[in-house]
Amino acid sequence: MAPVAIARALNMGLRKALEQDPKVIIMGEDVGKLGGVFRVTDGLQKDFGDDRVMDTPLAESGIIGTAIGLAMRGYRPICEIQFDGFVFPAYDQIVSQLAKLHYRSQGLVKMPVVVRIPFGGGIGAVEHHSESPEALFAHVAGLKVVACSNAADAYTMIQQAVTSDDPVIFFEPKRRYWEKAELDVDAPLTDAVPLHAARVVRPGRHLTLLAYGPMVKTCLDAAKVAADEGHEIEVVDVRSLSPIDWPTVTESVRHTGRCVVVHEAQTFLGMGSELAARITERCFYEMQAPILRVGGFATPYPPSRLEESFLPDLDRVLDAVDRCLSY
Amino acid sequence: MTADHGVAEYGAGDLVQLLTPEGLRLEHPDYPLEISEDELRGLYRDLALVRRFDTEATALQRQGELGIWASLLGQEAAQIGSGRALHPDDMAFPTYREHGVAWCRGIKPESLLQLFRGVNFGGWDPKAHNFALYTIVIGAQTLHATGYAMGMQRDGSENAVIAYFGDGASSEGDVNEAFIFAASYNAPVVFFLQNNQWAISVPEERQSRIPLFRRAHGFGFPGVRVDGNDVLACLAVTRKALQYARDGQGPFLIEAFTYRMGAHTTSDDPTRYRLASELENWKLRDPIERVKAYLSRNGLADSAFYEAIEAEATEFAARVRAACLSMPEPKPLDIFNRVYAGGSPLVDEERATYDAYLAGYEPADSVGGR
Ligand SMILES: Cc1ncc(C[n+]2csc(CCOP(=O)(O)OP(=O)(O)O)c2C)c(N)n1
Ligand SMILES: [Mg+2]
Repeated sequence: MAPVAIARALNMGLRKALEQDPKVIIMGEDVGKLGGVFRVTDGLQKDFGDDRVMDTPLAESGIIGTAIGLAMRGYRPICEIQFDGFVFPAYDQIVSQLAKLHYRSQGLVKMPVVVRIPFGGGIGAVEHHSESPEALFAHVAGLKVVACSNAADAYTMIQQAVTSDDPVIFFEPKRRYWEKAELDVDAPLTDAVPLHAARVVRPGRHLTLLAYGPMVKTCLDAAKVAADEGHEIEVVDVRSLSPIDWPTVTESVRHTGRCVVVHEAQTFLGMGSELAARITERCFYEMQAPILRVGGFATPYPPSRLEESFLPDLDRVLDAVDRCLSY
Repeated sequence: MTADHGVAEYGAGDLVQLLTPEGLRLEHPDYPLEISEDELRGLYRDLALVRRFDTEATALQRQGELGIWASLLGQEAAQIGSGRALHPDDMAFPTYREHGVAWCRGIKPESLLQLFRGVNFGGWDPKAHNFALYTIVIGAQTLHATGYAMGMQRDGSENAVIAYFGDGASSEGDVNEAFIFAASYNAPVVFFLQNNQWAISVPEERQSRIPLFRRAHGFGFPGVRVDGNDVLACLAVTRKALQYARDGQGPFLIEAFTYRMGAHTTSDDPTRYRLASELENWKLRDPIERVKAYLSRNGLADSAFYEAIEAEATEFAARVRAACLSMPEPKPLDIFNRVYAGGSPLVDEERATYDAYLAGYEPADSVGGR
């Protein structure tokens, strides 16, 4: 099969989910006739009807709130939030209702709801279209949070998320939507890497780069450059931000003794903070250097002409790698 | 959805219209309009210049000079009519498409372009112009407008507020809460809904089962539907609604029934979700052509007048283009400026770290700066 872009792989995964379970429905702004502003749901309304693929009124709290009710009634809604910056009208429903219903009902009410959010910057957009709010969700007990970084994972992870009986916040790396990779559509889903597992995407012995979503590619590129200077960098795609696959992550850091965490979100209280703290707790005696973080600044996401400065790039990752290696 | 989306309702009894698409002047018992010949020609000039600006901005986007552009094509009358109804001391809260209102508030076109080019989030002083920054998060500004109006009310101000939003926005919780607050506190705010029939690809029917102006009645304040392609009707109705608010009678909803003649933004492809015939129908109701027809028919303007406006528009577009192309680039360290009114040690530390990092990459003879 020809290589497939991430947006297309998600589309194929969603199609499979719709085919396999009549209770699966897709809802969101412009997901029907338009096929979503990124075309992730392209053609699905045409093939499954507007009962299954619903263009909703323009109201994010309404989308998540009604998805909760639909889930209580036995449906499995997949909600699309058009851009990261527009999830906040729904934040109350997500944090106070979606995340807590299973707990509050003593396990009697399940919440199989997926909330898909294209996230991150680098597309030259106007404000509220480039944010990385993953830590705001990972901080909430009751939510599962994942981020895909490539087409093969996008295809399997979205299907796995739909089968989860817990709510999943599913982050999609919007600036990588058009990057292609080979897909094995015939492989059974049960053979795929589990949804909440991290994955070593490039082995190495001198330092571990931890990343997820759009930064995985940046880190792989950095590892290639570092290899020319004789540094063997291991790159781990964290994939699941809540829960975190600690065995995979700590095994890598124990083995390399050094670690740099990279994400677009600001470093202050970002995912890197939790990763660094817990890895240090668990691997202290095997570590050769403090864990360094590369990420956005403690500022709002800047106007797009400045985003190249805000976003971690190859140079900033390599700078941190050098500093970490020099300890 | 029908092929003549929206058009079937057009001209229905509820609609306030003072100028027909053919350029015939109508009287409306509730919305009389006194307007001089100069004012009429002025409105034509506003409409023509704003459309020309919009065309130029679209071209600049196509040439890669802007990241994106949200065209106001087709909505000029709604914006100029309502914008010209405002007193300088009234306050306006726009969405991201209110370039015509911005023009009426004296905002420099290049200040708007700065946002779409991505050099800042809007280059004007909201206080100096009584024109808030553009708001991209749908509906949020309607609550700000209501709160601002509550403040005016407390201050004993003689003025009123206008809040712009769209048919799609009317579904957001924020907009409905704004209606509740405005009604509850009898706030002097006019809600100006431009129903351009579409929220990106989603038609108005998805947002409402009743004509949107009737929503107001459920919240306990008046709602009126005006022909949004009729600059005179928009002017008259907005004037009256603002006066109503200033007189202490509380909020007012205006639904300007209009049409988004272009794509949602330059990133959008409307052929995926709507028929070309719909646009063709609405072209017959062009907001500028009818003013031209009225002026010509009544001998208020001749070809010399139109040629002068055309020349002014061409010169204006060239000026806008030059201003866009000569816009200074922001500098990397600008990212850290003005996050807090009182500064922040965290931001200061990150600025210093980043500055040192950049210095390490800079050739010794570099000019320009960070
Ligand atoms: C809270 C929020 N959700 C989604 C979006 C994405 N979005 C931008 S414009 C738009 C449609 C708005 O439609 P309408 O209110 O009718 O205004 P129009 O664009 O037609 O002027 C959407 C969904 C947004 N900007 N903010
Ligand atoms: Mg609209």
